[in-house]
Amino acid sequence: MVELLFWPALVAYGEAAVAYAGDARRPGAAGRLAIWGVRLGWLLQTALLIVQAARADGFPWATWAGSLNLFVWLVVSVYLVWGCRTRYRLLGLAVMPLVAVLLVLARLGGGTGDAGNSDYSTVFLVLHVGLLSLAFAAFTLAAALSGLYLWQESRLKGRRPGGLLGRAPSLLTLETLSARTIAVAVPALTVGIAAGLLRLRREGGGVDALMAVTFGAWLVYAAYLVLRYEAGWGGRRTAYLALVGFALVIVARVGLQLTHFS
Amino acid sequence: MNLTLVGLSHQATPIAVRERAFVPLPQAAELAAELAAEGEAVCLSTCNRTELYLVGDESERRALDALAAISGLPEDELRAVVYRLTDEAAALHLFRVAAGLDSMVPGEGEILGQVRSAFEAGSTGPVLDRLFRQALHGGKKVRAETAIAESPASVSSAAAALAQQVFGQLEGCRVMLVGAGHVAELAARSLAARGAQIAFVANRSPERAEALAARFGGTGVPLEGAAQRLAEIDVLVASTGAPGRAFGRAEVEGALRGRKGRPLFLIDLAVPRDLDPAIHELDGCFLYDIDDLESVVAASLAGRRREAGRAEAIVAEEADRFRDWQASREVVPAIASLRAWAEEIRAAELARARGRLGLSESQHAAVESVTAQIVNKLLHLPTVRLKEAAAGAEGGGYAQAVRHLFGLGDDDKR
Repeated sequence: MVELLFWPALVAYGEAAVAYAGDARRPGAAGRLAIWGVRLGWLLQTALLIVQAARADGFPWATWAGSLNLFVWLVVSVYLVWGCRTRYRLLGLAVMPLVAVLLVLARLGGGTGDAGNSDYSTVFLVLHVGLLSLAFAAFTLAAALSGLYLWQESRLKGRRPGGLLGRAPSLLTLETLSARTIAVAVPALTVGIAAGLLRLRREGGGVDALMAVTFGAWLVYAAYLVLRYEAGWGGRRTAYLALVGFALVIVARVGLQLTHFS
Repeated sequence: MNLTLVGLSHQATPIAVRERAFVPLPQAAELAAELAAEGEAVCLSTCNRTELYLVGDESERRALDALAAISGLPEDELRAVVYRLTDEAAALHLFRVAAGLDSMVPGEGEILGQVRSAFEAGSTGPVLDRLFRQALHGGKKVRAETAIAESPASVSSAAAALAQQVFGQLEGCRVMLVGAGHVAELAARSLAARGAQIAFVANRSPERAEALAARFGGTGVPLEGAAQRLAEIDVLVASTGAPGRAFGRAEVEGALRGRKGRPLFLIDLAVPRDLDPAIHELDGCFLYDIDDLESVVAASLAGRRREAGRAEAIVAEEADRFRDWQASREVVPAIASLRAWAEEIRAAELARARGRLGLSESQHAAVESVTAQIVNKLLHLPTVRLKEAAAGAEGGGYAQAVRHLFGLGDDDKR
């Protein structure tokens, strides 16, 4: 059953990635095909996750590959909220190939098959992992938005807008969406970290490097929100800050795979 | 079908002649009604073209007479500039016109509305109705499936498009014009058309500033006080052309502190330039001068020309569809006439034989069925071949041949 759902989901995401590339060259029908690829892929992956959850004993995405599968789904979910609009198709060009590659990696690691037993059986841990995954997915989208902002800003600064006009979201929109995505993700990260710290306190143990990096990411994003909304920062500076935060997210994410799941 | 197009356009006719041949829409409707007395007629007249589409006998002569009467040009002079196209070529031309492929700026959007107005004001029958509906459909399809109309085609629209690329929707964006001349007004119109608010107009002459500001619902301010307004606006359009800089980097940098990270878009349309080019180096500031805007327009037009190839393919498809329809119009009545003729003979012969042979009801039914099958089988292949020919260019010729061979006449042709 999971096989029947995984492969069509991967094909749909792959089709979306290819169609986005086609749409960038010649806008039109390819863009519509891409959007339907994203929607169909997401539905199929949702069904896959439901089947995995129904068959698992405990939290079904406890392995690194399983958590990557969940992470991919969360990225597409956040993207689906607004990413399918015509003006965000350039963003799909960056997001969908990444999604397809990560899903293949999840598959190679065995994260898309039937899950076995796991020790992630408490609601407490599920909350911790779930919220951190959600926050990381949102930060990934925010980083893609910031990257698109910087690319577009450099084109406008270089006075080479080219085919950009009318086909990409405006700078202000990109910046606002990035800030809003981070504003939603930071509370999720905060509660996720708090849940982890409470568990740590209850079960004993010290703060490791991975926790320090995650806390560092929280500090960067918290600073982003303060500087963006209170100090009037904007433009390139906030975009770079979002990318710095995302670099820490990558370190935390890779560290998580290496230390917790290997 | 006898579709005829006679017209003149910017491609080969100078504006001095085009303006003489221009027909305002109400008069275009009257002219079409007059020309349609012997068929169908539509008059398409814009600043770039005047074209008469006619269906009927002696269409070319009647169209030339009409154009000569409108323009007042001697016939030999008129003949030197007009083009005359018929049937498929005329249809293809209209499809290209509606798609914006025959316009001065490829893909410009205004022509589609003008074609629609001409169609609605025309006196159409089955041919021109189909032709213009398909042209409008093709024009919309080209704009939906290609990027031919997406990019700006003039300096003022490029400035507005760039402002949109920075701010998104321009509703709520506040604009300050520095300079109150014609250039500033053009840019202001383009920005206002996209929802921007012309908040301030600064000029050396306060009266002119007030006058222009009043036209857009803004406020006139003295030129010396313009710098203080920088924190309150999103787009600045400078076009004084006076020697010396109207704004330096330091003034803009100071204003940015009060903007809370909101970008500032500056358009310098003046020569010599009004704004210090170093302003562009500031984070969140985008300064485009007239050369920058012109290069954006040039690149945009090159993009439109690239898209024109795809648009031509769509237009060609539409022309093929129209040709097929046109061919089927000639073939279908021929098939119907042929079948009616055969059925008439069969029924007459059967009626005569029934009296002679003294057939019972069941025998008569059997003979009726057999003769009907014979007629159907005899006509099956010619019918199929005629339908096949209708899909090609020779459909009309086949239809005429059938009418000639079986003496069907043209009475059934509709």
